[in-house]
Amino acid sequence: MKKKFKLIDLDCANCAAKMEEAIKKIDGVNDASVSFMTQKMMIDAEDDKFEQVLAEAVKCISKVEPDCQVVL
Amino acid sequence: MERFTKKQKRELKQILIAFVLFVVLLAVEHSGIIPEDGAGRWILLALYLVPYFIVGRDVVRKCFIGIKNRQLFDESFLMTLATAGAFGCGEFGEAVAVMLFYQVGEFFQSYAVGKSRGSIADLMSMAADFANRETEDGSVEVIDPDDIEVGDILVIKPGEKVPTDATVIEGSGLVNTSALTGESLPRLVSEGGQVISGCINGETLLRVRADKEFDDCTVSQILELVEEASSRKSVTENFITRFAHYYTPAVVIAALVLAFLPPLVSGHFAAEFGKWVLRACTFLVISCPCALVISVPLAFFGGIGAASSKGVLVKGSNYLELLADVDTAVSDKTGTLTEGKFRVSMVEAADGFDTDEVIRYAAAAEAGSTHPIAAAIVAACDKPFAQSKIKDVRNYAGKGISAVVGRDTVAVGNKGFFEDTGIEVLETSADVSGTNCYVAKNGRYIGTIVVTDMPKKGAAEAIRNMLKAGVRSVVMLTGDSEKAAASVAEQLGITDYRAGLLPQDKVHVVESLIKALEERGGKKRGRLAFIGDGINDAPVLSVSDIGIAMGSLGSDAAIEAADVVIMDDDLGKIPVVMGIARKTLSISKQNIAFALFVKFSCLVLGAVGIANMWIAVFADVGVAVICILNSMRMLSK
Repeated sequence: MKKKFKLIDLDCANCAAKMEEAIKKIDGVNDASVSFMTQKMMIDAEDDKFEQVLAEAVKCISKVEPDCQVVL
Repeated sequence: MERFTKKQKRELKQILIAFVLFVVLLAVEHSGIIPEDGAGRWILLALYLVPYFIVGRDVVRKCFIGIKNRQLFDESFLMTLATAGAFGCGEFGEAVAVMLFYQVGEFFQSYAVGKSRGSIADLMSMAADFANRETEDGSVEVIDPDDIEVGDILVIKPGEKVPTDATVIEGSGLVNTSALTGESLPRLVSEGGQVISGCINGETLLRVRADKEFDDCTVSQILELVEEASSRKSVTENFITRFAHYYTPAVVIAALVLAFLPPLVSGHFAAEFGKWVLRACTFLVISCPCALVISVPLAFFGGIGAASSKGVLVKGSNYLELLADVDTAVSDKTGTLTEGKFRVSMVEAADGFDTDEVIRYAAAAEAGSTHPIAAAIVAACDKPFAQSKIKDVRNYAGKGISAVVGRDTVAVGNKGFFEDTGIEVLETSADVSGTNCYVAKNGRYIGTIVVTDMPKKGAAEAIRNMLKAGVRSVVMLTGDSEKAAASVAEQLGITDYRAGLLPQDKVHVVESLIKALEERGGKKRGRLAFIGDGINDAPVLSVSDIGIAMGSLGSDAAIEAADVVIMDDDLGKIPVVMGIARKTLSISKQNIAFALFVKFSCLVLGAVGIANMWIAVFADVGVAVICILNSMRMLSK
């Protein structure tokens, strides 16, 4: 399943790249991208693990940039 | 749209309060109210820490979160370290000023990025925000475009956006396709016709039936491609990433060396250490690669946005980069350089007849035929005979047609047809480029009509502009005859063409042209762009460096196969998008050169102690802001 999420207050391009790297490493993720320009995150993960992956991804994001929020 | 986001408003407030406090404190320090002894220093430190934490608490907090998560060496870490170093050395004022200046720069940076992102988003705001669905009882409800189902009846009021691809079931009028094609002339739609999502309805109300769900409609596909375009990184962007990968650790090591080596060598370690730590901190602040990391992708994103506002879809930053380097443009002929529709280009009459008469009789004979050549002849006739006068039409497949018009027998056909019937035709000067149709009346040759596929309006100019924009050669490929190809090439000012090609031959020609480019330029060779209508070109598009598909509005297959999609039929967009590509590249190169130059000079100045922390912050944030502003030029017309 592939899903897109809006991000709020994603303030730095370097952080977006870091988030992307971290999310790609989560177990069950096929592909992921965090776009600084569009302020969007795309996660492509296996259906049954999606909830888990998403929670994990949100954690990754707040680790890199504490102010950044994911609109769920 | 609001001017500032919530976060920006908060930051602005912090900056202003801290600034006022800072100025007051400076005055207090210089007035000498607080004594210069030990206790006085501590009081001063405590006072300066107030504005420091007001303006810099986010930075300090982020720094500690970074340390906790083992994400060292980000900007917050560097700034906290540097300002802590300044406090440690007793430079309280400088520490606060640097943090203040840094936050002002950050604020400006976030504002500029947000603004340019907003302008790019505006360029691409073609999706409708809502749709009006007609329910079974005839009332109309407003729904989210996401909720549209195939077969829903939608009402589009004047001035509203078409929410999804649909078929008109009632009403007719002009729709504005400019958001998709960059074309300012509205398109006429009527009952049974298709409307494409993202177009803006003109003056009349349209009732349509949805053909696609919102996610599958043209606009959604385009937006998705554009959003994904920035993830296909260009060589320049990859260079920046690789550069940052080696650069940051290198600078950190250099800073450590700078902090420890000179004081050790000098022999007065304790006395010198503080000074060199401060210099090392300055060094670290300068080194942050943010200017490059933000401004280069922003330039590419702006370039893609600018292209899409002209109705050209570039599917990745890498293609924008390739477009700037096009050396050879290869174009298909029929449907790309020419209209793909036949037209009467010339009529010659035999002695004693006039051209109107030739056309009139030929059109009468061809009136019932569906052949494209027949359609061209019929279209060229101003005063057709009444249908009732035309009788006894006989079709000779692949040769010609005959009919009785009034009391006359008319025959229209190719040379073979006339040889069969024994009518002698005059080989005339009409024998130019297209297909010759000979016309006879009552067994006597009366004239020749030449039907050709006309070059598109503006095609010659587009090719001239391409050559002007730096394309070295334009090559035309066609399956048509040598004669037809030569004529079109001449009209368009193309010197190189290959005629009589089968589809697989086109692939070979493109491959050999790429080989020639490789032989000439090696690794840094010029690029080959193939321009086609995107329908039967998939193999050629895939072997070319860049595949450009024309006139692809609504054609999923073409959008899929090509790297660059021109939504309408206008060849003139190609030189335009090449110009955008060049501008994007030159802006990113300017930014890289400028940022590296300023940073390296400041690094050197910082190491020898000439550049203080103020200059360091400028070299970091100031350069980033200047680069971002430079990238924003991509958005100006």
